[in-house]
This record gives sequence, C-alpha cells and structure tokens, in this order.
Amino acid sequence: MKYVLLFVETEEFAAELEAMGPAERARAFGRVDEWFAAHAGKVTGGQKLRDPGTATTVRLEGGEPVVVDGPFVEGKEVVSGYAEIDVADLDEALRMVRTWPGCPVVEIRPVETGPLE
Amino acid sequence: MTSSPYGTAESHDRLARVVREHAGRLAASLIQVTGDFSTAEDLVQDAVLVALKRWPQEGVPERPDAWLFTVARRRGLDLLRRQENYRRKLAQLRWPDEGEASEPDERLRLIFTCCHPALTQEAQIALTLRMVCGLTTAQIARAFLVRESTVAQRITRAKQKITRAGIPYRVPDDEELGGRLSQVLAVIYLLFNEGYLSTAGQAQSHDLADDAEWLAALLHRLMPTEPEAAGLLALIRLHRARTAARFTPEGTLVRLAEQNRSLWDHEAIAAAAALLTRAIRRRRPGPYQLQAAIVACHAEAVRWEDTDWEQIVLLYDMLLHLAPSPVTRLHRTIALRYTEGPRAALAEVEGLAPELDGYYLFHATRADLLRALDRPDEARQADRLALDLTTNPAERALLQERATS
Repeated sequence: MKYVLLFVETEEFAAELEAMGPAERARAFGRVDEWFAAHAGKVTGGQKLRDPGTATTVRLEGGEPVVVDGPFVEGKEVVSGYAEIDVADLDEALRMVRTWPGCPVVEIRPVETGPLE
Repeated sequence: MTSSPYGTAESHDRLARVVREHAGRLAASLIQVTGDFSTAEDLVQDAVLVALKRWPQEGVPERPDAWLFTVARRRGLDLLRRQENYRRKLAQLRWPDEGEASEPDERLRLIFTCCHPALTQEAQIALTLRMVCGLTTAQIARAFLVRESTVAQRITRAKQKITRAGIPYRVPDDEELGGRLSQVLAVIYLLFNEGYLSTAGQAQSHDLADDAEWLAALLHRLMPTEPEAAGLLALIRLHRARTAARFTPEGTLVRLAEQNRSLWDHEAIAAAAALLTRAIRRRRPGPYQLQAAIVACHAEAVRWEDTDWEQIVLLYDMLLHLAPSPVTRLHRTIALRYTEGPRAALAEVEGLAPELDGYYLFHATRADLLRALDRPDEARQADRLALDLTTNPAERALLQERATS
C-alpha cells in the first residue's frame, strides 16, 4: 500500500534545531539522511518544505478566493516535509516511522489508489 | 439440545455464551476466505442475529458452529454476488465436521487486529466484543449505556479504518509483541472493570465481566507461554471468586473489610493462585501478575486482620516501578495505612491532589483516613466530594450513607 508520511515540526523542535552548533546540526541531518538511505527501497518520493513563514493559503469556500499569508492552520505544529512510501501494510509503515530521527510528530496517511476504494 | 423458551435475561446470557464459543472462529475463517475483515464482520453479525431470533423458539442446534456457518455462508453468497472471486472461495468453504481436525485457531490474529493501536480504545473494545465474542450492537450499547447508533457508528468507522488504512490481519512479530499485547490486555481488563463495577441493579445488562474472563482465558490458551496473559486471567478470576460477598441481597456494595469471607469461592481462589504461581515462575514480571499477586494477598487472608499488608506495600512498590501511575500510588496508600499508620498514609494521599482531585476514590480514601484520625467533619466533606464524582449506583449508595451519618 502507498502512504504519505507527513513530517510535523513543533516549536520546541524548531528551537532545539536553532540552538544547535553547526557540527551538531550536521549530525542531526546526517541521521535523517541515514534513515532515508536505510529505507531507500520503500521511499518513492518526498521533499523537505520551506518554513511555514513562506506559506500562502488560498480559501475558496466563499465567493471570491481569499489569499492569506501563512499555513492553513495556525498552530504550534506545522508540516515541514513529506515522504511517499510503498509498503505492505500499516504495520510496516509504523515500523519505519518508529525509527524516524527527525521531527517529533509524523502522520501516516494512506494514498487513495482507485475510484473503488 | 434444549427447546425451552428463552424469555429471561439468564437464558439470553446462555444463548450469548453459545454464540461466543463459535462467532470468533467463524469470523476468523471468513476473513481467511474473503480476505476482507469488514465483510466477514457483517456476515457473522447477520448470522448471530438470526440465531438469537430463532434459537429461543427452535432450541439451540446440536452443532451451533455449523449452523452459524451455514447461515453466514448463505448470506455471503447473496451479498457477494458482484464479487465473483470471494463468492467462489466462499462456495468452496466447508465447515469441519465434529471431531475432524479443524484448522488452527486463528482467533489470535482476530484479537490483535481488533486491538490495533491505530484504532481508538473505544473502537478496539466494540470490535473485540463484536468479532471475537459475537455480541450484537444492541448488547454492546446496553452494556455501556450508550445509544445503539453510537456503537454502530464506532464499529463502521473502525472497519473502514482497518480496510482503508491497511491495518494488517496478523499477530505482531516478536519485537512488537510486547507493546501490542499490553494493548490487548488493557482492552480485556477495561471490559472486566466495566462489568465488575456495575454488577448491582443491572440484570438486563450483558455480563461484561464474564466476557472479559472468557477472553482472558482464550488469550491464555492461545499464548500459553505469555505470563502476563496468565496474570490477567488470574487477576480476573481472583476478583470474580469473591463476587458473592461484594453485594448485600439489596444490592449495596460491601467493602472488603466487612465481606463475609465464607461466601468466597475458595476453590476458585486456590486455582487462580496456582495459575499465578506458574506464570511468576517464568520470571517475566508484569503489571497484571503483580496486581493479581496483590489481590491474592487479600483473597488468601482468612480474616481482614490477617492481611499481609507488608507484602502488599512491597508489591505496589514493584508495580509502581514497572508502571508508574497516580491511581496505583493511591491504592498503595490504602495498604500503607496498616503498615505506617493513617497519618503517614494521609500525607501520601494529599500529595496526589494535583493529579487525582477529579477522581472519586481519591476523596473517598481521604475520607477514610480523616475518619481514622478523628477528623469527622473533614471526612464528611471529603465523602460528599467523592459522591459528586461517581455515577456508579452501588458506590453512590455507600458514600451517601457515610456522608450523612
């Protein structure tokens, strides 16, 4: 089954990352690279996203589209990246996520695969 | 076998027990065949509803399992008309004759799937009762005092999540098993507590404590080397062995200190204690074995005065080491009162106020200790606070009596 892992950052995590020295930060990124390398066969895509300060949200629910500065939910937890994975089932996705060395929250979302699902 | 009319709650219970022995196996086989959890659940539920309607009039068939299978299959062939591959597999499926070597018991997979951590605990409970115990939506709703539509919705959403999120139908690997097993044990224990605490005045309600014991026994049979499964079964049996003394004929709760211990089932207590001893010999202690050991200390004391409080405090210390929890600390203070005195126990209780201020037992325990320290006004006030925080009728009656005396 295909899933998207949504990587979610918290304010504390961002502050921790900010407070790191360059060597320490390089090590932290290195751990994330290692994780992607270890799961290379399962990861089919994904990107790190720029910080939520760069986000723009468009609301189309009223008549005229409304363009707003910022992410779609203002909160302490923001999506910071995503990965597409192809694994047997939710348990395999859970096993992968359990060793994720990056941000402190990950949402696992199955991908809609067909009109009959 | 018998053809007496099933009019009373007691005989409904009997029917539910027959269903319980077979529904889970049927569900497991149907999932095996169709590969579809949701369809299997529908078929079993339909068959159970037909059985509960027809057995009271026609009597329980000689082979209830084969009967349920036949009804489920007929319904399945009808329901799966448009899914030719399922239909073909279902048509080929034959229920094993009695005595014939049947397939291995697949109910363990069923249990682990129903209690998957990606489902809410409410959904885990409802699914387990439906799939493994064969309860109807109406029975679950009555037992939990919620609307049938609420239970139905909970189950529908959980089934959709299983299918659409790709929750597998399997027993977890060794490395995950510990964590996953504790979820299963938690569901069974919660069911037990739900049933055990509401025994009085609810004759119409399904006996959840009985379902919990049955589930724990099933789990223990399917995982015989797992000491925590044995520990949970021993814990439940040690509690249930004392049921007869827990309520007066009028349905008032009798506290442990005042219970008539000759009403306890001493044979059941000895058997459960032996089960616990065998589990402990595996030298893999866990919260359920420790809780069972604490209850065994109470159950094996000939009189209240003979209770080995030192041992109980020690067991609580071990339990807190493995599974820290303010509620466990509160229970420990009750034993502490008899080893260190009520003053020391009260000091411990007061320390728990920030975490347990909304819990009735916190205030009820405080009231007991304040009374022991000759502070009756404060004790009554604490009893009133406790009363405001519990809805359980038996416990309310007891607190009411104390708060006004």
